[in-house]
Amino acid sequence: MNKLHKAFAKGKAFIPFITAGDPSLETTRELVLQMAEAGADLIELGIPFSDPVAEGKVIQSASIRALSHGITVDHIFSMLRDIRKTCSIPIALMTYINPIFAYGVHRFLNNCKDAGVDALIVPDLPFEEKDELMPFCLKCGVYLISMIAPTSDKRIHMIAREAQGFIYCVSSMGVTGVRKNISSDAEQMVRLVKEVNDIPCAVGFGISTPEQAARIAKFADGVIVGSAIVKIIEQYGSKCIPHVIEYVRTMKKAVKKG
Amino acid sequence: MSKGRFGIYGGQYIPETLMSAVTELEEAYNHFKNDPKFKAELNSLLKNYAGRPSMLYFAENMTKDLGGAKIYLKREDLNHTGSHKINNVLGQVLLAKYMGKTRVIAETGAGQHGVATATAAALLGLKCEIFMGKEDTQRQALNVFRMRLLGAKVNVVDSGTQTLKDAVNETLREWSRRVKDTHYVLGSVMGPHPFPTIVRDFQNVIGQEVKEQILEIEGRLPDVLIACIGGGSNAIGLFYEFIQEPNVRLIGCEAAGHGVHTKKTAATLAIGKLGIFHGMKSYFCQDEYGQIAPVYSISAGLDYPGVGPEHAYLHEIGRAEYVAVTDNEAVEAFEYLSCVEGIIPAIESAHAVAYAMKLAPKMEKDQIIVIGLSGRGDKDVASIARYMGVEIYE
Ligand SMILES: Cc1ncc(COP(=O)(O)O)c(C=O)c1O
Repeated sequence: MNKLHKAFAKGKAFIPFITAGDPSLETTRELVLQMAEAGADLIELGIPFSDPVAEGKVIQSASIRALSHGITVDHIFSMLRDIRKTCSIPIALMTYINPIFAYGVHRFLNNCKDAGVDALIVPDLPFEEKDELMPFCLKCGVYLISMIAPTSDKRIHMIAREAQGFIYCVSSMGVTGVRKNISSDAEQMVRLVKEVNDIPCAVGFGISTPEQAARIAKFADGVIVGSAIVKIIEQYGSKCIPHVIEYVRTMKKAVKKG
Repeated sequence: MSKGRFGIYGGQYIPETLMSAVTELEEAYNHFKNDPKFKAELNSLLKNYAGRPSMLYFAENMTKDLGGAKIYLKREDLNHTGSHKINNVLGQVLLAKYMGKTRVIAETGAGQHGVATATAAALLGLKCEIFMGKEDTQRQALNVFRMRLLGAKVNVVDSGTQTLKDAVNETLREWSRRVKDTHYVLGSVMGPHPFPTIVRDFQNVIGQEVKEQILEIEGRLPDVLIACIGGGSNAIGLFYEFIQEPNVRLIGCEAAGHGVHTKKTAATLAIGKLGIFHGMKSYFCQDEYGQIAPVYSISAGLDYPGVGPEHAYLHEIGRAEYVAVTDNEAVEAFEYLSCVEGIIPAIESAHAVAYAMKLAPKMEKDQIIVIGLSGRGDKDVASIARYMGVEIYE
């Protein structure tokens, strides 16, 4: 059974992103388990890719670190199966289309189903190309998450009408990475989505501080934070867990207030 | 199915942030390509600024020496800025200007596309930033300075393999930061739709001229066209006009580097697998998990792990043939053309010359080969010297 709805069932969701295998798969597994305990509502887990074009420096470096340890999709699926023995937090996998395509789309989604993956986020697969994955996602009961961006304008209604699970609202132009100022476009984007589909909207890209998270949570259903967490992991390496957990607690509190 | 397909290849696999930009570009292109003012201005630039038409030169010494087919060289090396890249760049930068963009960005490998873009931007009054892999800035240092002279900012890309694919990554990232005032001048027949079509249309002038010129000189069509393939723009430019002529063989030369059976190669159609990257479905050098492989060629312009989607299609239907040429063969051809014809080819173009040297002796004397001489070799002199173990100080 898909567990994604649970993420948005208890109020505003906090959604941390980490790259699988950075600094090691053992740490990733511990992070998932402990972030779930600390109040994360959905975990976005990145499968590292050699050429992540939607990513800024911080997540690019995390991908390179993970790949340099020889992390593969197979290792990640087996870690997920292990996690699922004790933990039922909703999980979304984030990766690029080529690793999925190379693995075999059907095989990849069957593995997602087996490993209890609830959703897929594929930044280089826009609305027009979603048929690459959609038939298999439907068959395996895994949501393919739609993204919208500040330039989506007229596309928002088209995308929102067919969206499932939740919508990933990209708050700012450019790539992932911590930003001082988050544009106000996101609020208008969420409003446009809700005009045609009553679906949860989570906002991501650039968010790092509790103040930013609280402000976003006033109008969005969820807040996604990636680079800020990956930075902590980069700084503390295998000793990152308590630091990440403390950060997740703070952010969760801020989101709840919103 | 999305737009911009060549069979199953092509498409628009890019982040949502860029979808509005490629749609805007497609609409603008479809509008202006038939606009008499745009067409007249572009034709005038090609003629008066770039120096078109480029000559179709009968390489008599080479023909005699090889003792087989008659060899003609399509002299794109004589264009302003020294390669075929200017054809596409003048088209795209002019289009950007008509679209009201004030800034252009571009990736470059060998630096030829970067130089061409910086040149067109200087001419047409747009701001220009170029992204170039760190390794390429070292092997093509002269072109880096040339771009700076032309008023462009050169950003050194130190991510990944620090070559062409990483320069493309970084230019895509920069474009997604600033689509409103910025056009991405993609340098080859690759990337998301509409780039493979736009770039092909702007390079089509090569083959159109060849057809006219060869009919005038020889009264008949050539038997074989040969061009080198990085992303495939000079090759598709040469081939496109002849695709409907079944008796004309089309041969694309990929860079084999140290050889297709080694890890140091960039021959995508020889060793790549079907994949989706840089906005397109095509063939890519990659590992079993879909991680893009580091590729290698002596030629920075051919050092790319993918190939344009229209070539993937021509390969699949068997209309064009693709062969791999090693570093050694290309360097030999580089020296050969220099000595025999007094023409120093770009190391990229030398890959096509090398294959012609193999093929010509096996053909009849009344048969005709046209080689796409995509660029001149001035930029390569220092690195070829290094390859041959000679140190030169500039
Ligand atoms: C002289 C020359 N020829 C060929 C190429 C390869 O590009 P394409 O395959 O798009 O023609 C380059 C690229 O930099 C080049 O500079």
